[in-house]
Amino acid sequence: MPAIEVNNTSRTYGKVQALNSISLSVEYGELFGLIGPDGAGKSTLFRILTTLLLADTGTASVAGHDVVQSYRQIRKEVGYMPGRFSLYQDLTVEENLRFFATIFNTTIEENYNLIKDIYEQIEPFKKRPAGKLSGGMKQKLALSCALIHKPKVLFLDEPTTGVDAVSRQEFWDMLKNLKEKGIAILVSTPYMDEASLCDRIALIQSGKILQTDTPEEIVKSYPSPLYAIRSNNNYELLKVLRDKNYTKSALPFGEYLHLATHTSMGVDEIISTLNTGNYPDLEIKPIKPDIEDLFLELSREV
Amino acid sequence: MMTILPIFQLIVLSNAATNEVKEVKIILLDHDLSEISRNLTRKITASDHFKLTGSLFSKKQALEKMQANEADIILEIPNRFEKEFIRGEKPAIQMLVNAINGQQATVGSGYLRNIISTYSQDILSEVHWVPQSNHSSISISTRYWYNPLLKYTDFMVPGILAELTALLTIVLTAMNVVREREIGTIEQINVTPIKKWQFIMGKLIPFLCVGMFIMTVGLTVGKIIFHIPMAGSLILLFVYAFVNIIAVLGFGLLISNFADTQQQAIFVAFFFILIFILMSGLFTPIESMPTWAQHLTKVNPLAHFIAVSRKVLMKGSGFVDLTSEFAYTLILAIVFNVSAIWSYKKQE
Repeated sequence: MPAIEVNNTSRTYGKVQALNSISLSVEYGELFGLIGPDGAGKSTLFRILTTLLLADTGTASVAGHDVVQSYRQIRKEVGYMPGRFSLYQDLTVEENLRFFATIFNTTIEENYNLIKDIYEQIEPFKKRPAGKLSGGMKQKLALSCALIHKPKVLFLDEPTTGVDAVSRQEFWDMLKNLKEKGIAILVSTPYMDEASLCDRIALIQSGKILQTDTPEEIVKSYPSPLYAIRSNNNYELLKVLRDKNYTKSALPFGEYLHLATHTSMGVDEIISTLNTGNYPDLEIKPIKPDIEDLFLELSREV
Repeated sequence: MMTILPIFQLIVLSNAATNEVKEVKIILLDHDLSEISRNLTRKITASDHFKLTGSLFSKKQALEKMQANEADIILEIPNRFEKEFIRGEKPAIQMLVNAINGQQATVGSGYLRNIISTYSQDILSEVHWVPQSNHSSISISTRYWYNPLLKYTDFMVPGILAELTALLTIVLTAMNVVREREIGTIEQINVTPIKKWQFIMGKLIPFLCVGMFIMTVGLTVGKIIFHIPMAGSLILLFVYAFVNIIAVLGFGLLISNFADTQQQAIFVAFFFILIFILMSGLFTPIESMPTWAQHLTKVNPLAHFIAVSRKVLMKGSGFVDLTSEFAYTLILAIVFNVSAIWSYKKQE
């Protein structure tokens, strides 16, 4: 039995369709990423799976328990880190951890080995109120609190939002260690670059899952040849490229433009169609698509 | 903060919120200027309830003064008052009362009427040689039980203390659960195996301690500063306060469960607090309310709290005298807290 199983789950808030017939399954020891922009329905799915919210239709089970019938059992066996920092800001680091250990009828000592690597990093600040910690340290504390009762399934809703790059990297390393202990982890993130760190990912937008697969397979499914183009006048170039009949899509990506074409073309072939006099430092190279390219491609089709 | 302010309020309110009428401003229009009229004036000004703010001769001027709020009562003694009195006619004097402030008007005119009638008895016997002893009349002597000196603070301090304890605990709890909802901490708590009643108990117990603490400090302050009587058993009062605070806290938690924001919670809490206070018998006696309102006070925990603290402290009532208050409060405590537990939803 998979750790998390969701079948055709839908949920609306008033007229807004937050989730539209979602299905997915996550195994134990798997790090599953839910990738999508803000408002895609990630948090709604989390709240349904953590028994905070009831779905309108569809079934879901977590750790083998139905989310509606056996919600009490689920609450004992999952760890949840909400998107917003939800620990008691006026309690110290240590008090928060002890509080959550007590609520789950356990002690810090009993499961210390599970959180040791994480907690050691914030231990020097254990007398500090949780509200006075930095973003990265808050996340580590929240993760410690979510793990203190040795959950079988871990839900992390945008754990790295608002956290610096170094802390983000550390955080993902921790998740890797945790999944090796057999914990199923469902993590959501709006950052596409974090997607490649997951075992499998689901791309979600407007309440719908666009695609579910390993990051490699997802990237492979990108249908068109892709080129990165840079010039001293990207904005005008973008407009020019969008008018060409070989262009499938042209999108700005930082300092480059990503151009997808209908058929495979040589770099020179593309240059020949442009008025190169206007773009003295023109640079064009074929590139491999990443998850963001695919995501934008999929959401364009929707 | 949580304890100093209520005690401060207790001191200020008990001194300020008085029903006693002092310094009724009176203007005299003495057209007679006779011995009798002047003696009457002296009698009136001798009383510390009245303050003579003017002796005029023009009624128009006097009414202007009343308009300007410089007079509560205008007493007009007509010309030839003394003459008519001695002749055995029945001269009348006129009392004009400013009824904007009802309390001042009724109580003040009552005092004044009292002075005038006593004085009229006196001069009657003096002028017409009617020996008082020959008249067989009923004389009334009044003794005020439980508060012989009619000390206003003895009556108000226990009431205000009960009111403050209840008010503070309602507001604190009403803000509490909704605050967790606003900050988001409740999201984390809801995904734990914690039981609803455990959560509610966790909210209740700290505020119960705060409430009992305020009660203790308030009683001490009342004893030291206002010398309030403590005729009955303090243990009984504390046992009652314990039950009552639980009832009030349950009510606060109930509000908190239904509110989406702290503003909403505080607004709803104040709505009920105002009704509770005005219908508690603190300022106006419950017995003089319409019947439907009297029935409503039965679900007002504050009314019972004030009644019990007055009865125990001033009257020395024992448990047997307070069974109905205890019963009502216990029912309220159970109803409010069970609804609070029931309405707290861990799931949407």
